[in-house]
Amino acid sequence: MIRMENVCKSFGDNHVLRGMTLTVEKGTSMVIIGGSGTGKSVALKCILGLIKPDSGKIYVDGQDAETADRDAFLSRFGMLFQGGALFDSLTVWQNVAFRLLRGSLKRPADEARAIALEKLRRVGLKPDVADRYPAELSGGMQKRVGLARAIAAEPEIIFFDEPTTGLDPIMAGVINDLIREIVVEMGATAMTITHDMTSVRAIADTVAMLHDGVIKWTGPVSELDHSGDPYVDQFIHGRAEGPIEAVR
Amino acid sequence: MNPVTALERLGNAVLNTLGTIGRMTLFAILSLSHVFRPPFYLREFGMALMNIGWLSLPVVGLTTIFTGGALALQTYSGGARFNAEAIVPQIVAIGMVRELGPVMVGLMIAARVTSSIAAEIATMKVTEQIDALVTLSTNPTKYLVTPRVLAALLVVPALVAVGDVIGIAGGYAVGVQNLGFNPAAYLKNTVDFLEMRDIVSSLAKGAAFGVIAATMGCYYGMNSGRGAQGVGRATKSSVEAAAVMILAANFVLTGVFFSL
Repeated sequence: MIRMENVCKSFGDNHVLRGMTLTVEKGTSMVIIGGSGTGKSVALKCILGLIKPDSGKIYVDGQDAETADRDAFLSRFGMLFQGGALFDSLTVWQNVAFRLLRGSLKRPADEARAIALEKLRRVGLKPDVADRYPAELSGGMQKRVGLARAIAAEPEIIFFDEPTTGLDPIMAGVINDLIREIVVEMGATAMTITHDMTSVRAIADTVAMLHDGVIKWTGPVSELDHSGDPYVDQFIHGRAEGPIEAVR
Repeated sequence: MNPVTALERLGNAVLNTLGTIGRMTLFAILSLSHVFRPPFYLREFGMALMNIGWLSLPVVGLTTIFTGGALALQTYSGGARFNAEAIVPQIVAIGMVRELGPVMVGLMIAARVTSSIAAEIATMKVTEQIDALVTLSTNPTKYLVTPRVLAALLVVPALVAVGDVIGIAGGYAVGVQNLGFNPAAYLKNTVDFLEMRDIVSSLAKGAAFGVIAATMGCYYGMNSGRGAQGVGRATKSSVEAAAVMILAANFVLTGVFFSL
């Protein structure tokens, strides 16, 4: 279980998180929605320790994220970045097997390559992609490679940062289905941030609405259309009128 | 302008400069401290050796051969004013080994390697590859910075040695072909005149310049701003800082080696 308690983070005068409190139950898929610049990515990065919160606490299965052993803590996570964040200088299979080629999870190169090929197959990519470089792949293929890398070490918790941004609707649907299948198959806890309502409905068990640095609403995806929350209603219907200012 | 305001600005500028130098020093110490702590990234170290050392050889060779040749011509024409044309081999040797070899190689490394490291790491930062490294349980300093700084520390002295030899060869070629020196006498004068202290100072300067060049590239890359402008600014600042610090370090090291 992931628990954020009253987490605050500011960048200069820009108060991004103003006391965010959120619980993600183990084995469930939580999607955080909210406008651009509302702190969704910052929230994920705070959990991973990429950004240090100004105040508040973050616990993963009761363990304080701040005091946990970093290597052991991070080895529980996988993350799909918005732009893929694949390493340009490494081939596709070396990207996927990155964690398996070094550090505490290191194993022989042949074995790591075999696992990488299996993960690539799992995300619908053929073995001939393995020896190409990321720059030789399309955006959709890069997302799939990023997804394969996120699941390569079979993490307990997977974060997805805008998984369908920049993809055509068909490829977005493919990625959404893959994420759902993989999360269910692995029994992983998932946290996704997105603006894409199709993704929300495809991926989420529960949804949280982040606005002005705090969670305005949280509930099961089945209640999203009847939340009664004006922020959620405006966001999911894409209305310019409402409590969320259209121009920020 | 109000004198108090002017003083305040001057004070702020001095404090900022000292703060930056302090952060850079800590950054270099931290990166080199990882040399002694596993895990070790040998592949990245090997690639850095190849990129900084082997691939810099052409530019080092071309730069130093012309510098050595020009130095021979200048020394000959300058020496002719007081009938000292014969000192060309000695001046070329001492000039290349003590000063021009290390400085020219250092500046070429700043132009070629510092800029490339800064641009590469800054791009990695902008595209979240640095964050990805962290989520993959990999320390970015250990993975990206330490191999480059260590490789530069080891390989730039070798480049300086090659540059010294090629520079002297450039002077030799000009001396023998254009200025009428006897080849055997030129070489004998060169070898006889150089002292071990000259060579040690040359290699020590190479090591210091290598660390400065790689550290500046990594420091500005890791601290770059967002977007293409951030990458461009990081690259420009890294080369400026490396060039200035190499010349300042050259002055200090020359004083340490030769004013005793």
